[in-house]
Amino acid sequence: MLIGIVFIISVGSFYLIHLLPGNITTVIEGPGASPANQVKLFKLLGLNRPIYEQYFTWIGNVVHGNLGVSFISQTSVASTIRAALPIDLEMILLSQIVSFALAIPLAMRAARKPDSWLDRIFSAGSFTMLSVPNFIVIVILVLFVSVKLGIAHTGPSSYVPFNQDWIVNLESMALPTIALAMGSFVVYFRVLRSDLIATLQEEFITMARSKGISQRRIMWRHAFRPSSVALLGAAGVNIGSLLAGGFIVQYLLNIPGLGYTLIAAINTSDYLLVQGIVLVVSVGVVLINFIFDFVINIVDPRISRE
Amino acid sequence: MSNFSQMFVEEELARVEKPEKREPLGLLFWLCVGWIGLNIIGAILANFLPLIDPLYQNYNTLNAGPSLHHLFGTDDLGRDIFSRVVYGSRISLSAGAGAMLIGFGFGAPLGMLAAYRRGRFDSILTNVMYVFLAFPAIIATIAILSFWTPRSLLKIIIVIGVASIPLVYRVIRTATLNVATKDYIIAAKVQGATDRRILLRELLPNIAPIGISFLLIGVATVIALEGSLAFLGLSVLPPTPSWGNMINESRTILQQNPWLAIFPSLAMCLFLLCLNFIGDRLRHHFDVTEVKL
Repeated sequence: MLIGIVFIISVGSFYLIHLLPGNITTVIEGPGASPANQVKLFKLLGLNRPIYEQYFTWIGNVVHGNLGVSFISQTSVASTIRAALPIDLEMILLSQIVSFALAIPLAMRAARKPDSWLDRIFSAGSFTMLSVPNFIVIVILVLFVSVKLGIAHTGPSSYVPFNQDWIVNLESMALPTIALAMGSFVVYFRVLRSDLIATLQEEFITMARSKGISQRRIMWRHAFRPSSVALLGAAGVNIGSLLAGGFIVQYLLNIPGLGYTLIAAINTSDYLLVQGIVLVVSVGVVLINFIFDFVINIVDPRISRE
Repeated sequence: MSNFSQMFVEEELARVEKPEKREPLGLLFWLCVGWIGLNIIGAILANFLPLIDPLYQNYNTLNAGPSLHHLFGTDDLGRDIFSRVVYGSRISLSAGAGAMLIGFGFGAPLGMLAAYRRGRFDSILTNVMYVFLAFPAIIATIAILSFWTPRSLLKIIIVIGVASIPLVYRVIRTATLNVATKDYIIAAKVQGATDRRILLRELLPNIAPIGISFLLIGVATVIALEGSLAFLGLSVLPPTPSWGNMINESRTILQQNPWLAIFPSLAMCLFLLCLNFIGDRLRHHFDVTEVKL
């Protein structure tokens, strides 16, 4: 299954170049290129060979970590991606820490007394937040938080890596982390709340209660453990979508991660870079889902046996 | 067991039982339906309403705040924001409706057929769909739209619509599977009803509630996605207004004229909230078992 999906992704990303209207050589050399030069480049790029042969040459290079050299910036696509990827990973990691730290205690509070005023407020609030697209969250954050508090979000050149100056780095990561964490928090809160409510109605919880085990211990040891499977499932899907959908946050807040690079590449018609990022992100998302499925199987062996 | 713990257990069990009667739809539901209806009418009749031309640039009133003449104020080119929000709803609404038309047009019949027929047809189709589901749809959408120039609303609708087919297929198939094993379907079969009759008269009405609520939530998702695409410059080209385009254009002058960001954002959020709320209410009202998306 995994191999099949990765194969389809690779064929898809490879074929993207052929969706371009007209000829790739026109894109590289500009509309004024002479036909002789175009034919030369056409042969140089190996575009005169059959398409399956081109695919195998390309995939052979990809497996060796060679994604080609950008026509626009003349730099290796792989090294550009390698520079941007850690920024994405840091952003995802920070936002996940924040959203888990908020969602788990709050969902437990809400699930303990379903339909109490606290639960109602949180449920209505999270439902509303689910309906707000993340670009609007960012515009609001920029409008009210960064302008009022004077948090800088100037340009990608002012971005400082974590190992250079971690305080400045975390400052520039604050807004994107909040923006991403808000979206993740809502999902985790809702999933964990509804699953905890169901778990708390199981007989083993009633049993634990009648034995006089403290509420705190019941919540953490008896209810959270089985419910964490649902939470993990949601986290797998969500982290994948953060990797694929982080471009809006990065673009709006000038964080030079993969998403930012992707949009810059689209705007400058740097098609090889677009192709490379699409391939890396798609495979990354599939791998994340696969890893989470694997972890869930370990945490809850019942699932694989069913 | 002491009386106390007995009482405790009773209370716990009482909490488990689900209410027998249907949840009422409530006033908020109908308010949402009204708001959606108003938006649709506004989008269809925009040409006939007494609105200022959304492309007309009045250089005497740049970045004006809300007033009687310009209800939502004007933007940096002196265009009326209210009129642009109403006209912008056309793009957002038709993107949502069009993409879901494609998604449901292909996904729903296939899902119903697969769940009804079962066998090899079902297993092959379901596996193919699951492979496509594993593919991150948003990246595929962006990639195809950035390569497939020149951009137009129709292409956006086609790409998002096709990308949504596997998800629609999955939801409808699961819903149909739940119904297809019910006694009344077997009874209909025993009585010699044709497949066509069972599919259209027995299955379809019973999966309609879940289908409609998923349709509404899908439309909301597509509208939000169109907004994201507008931010990347992959949606309809300016000066054509769409909610996403307007919010995107507002970013550069956010400090001077926040109204330009606030009104289209409000229009979009309110619309999405209403759609999601209606979809959610309908699902609870008809008490369908929740499908995990």
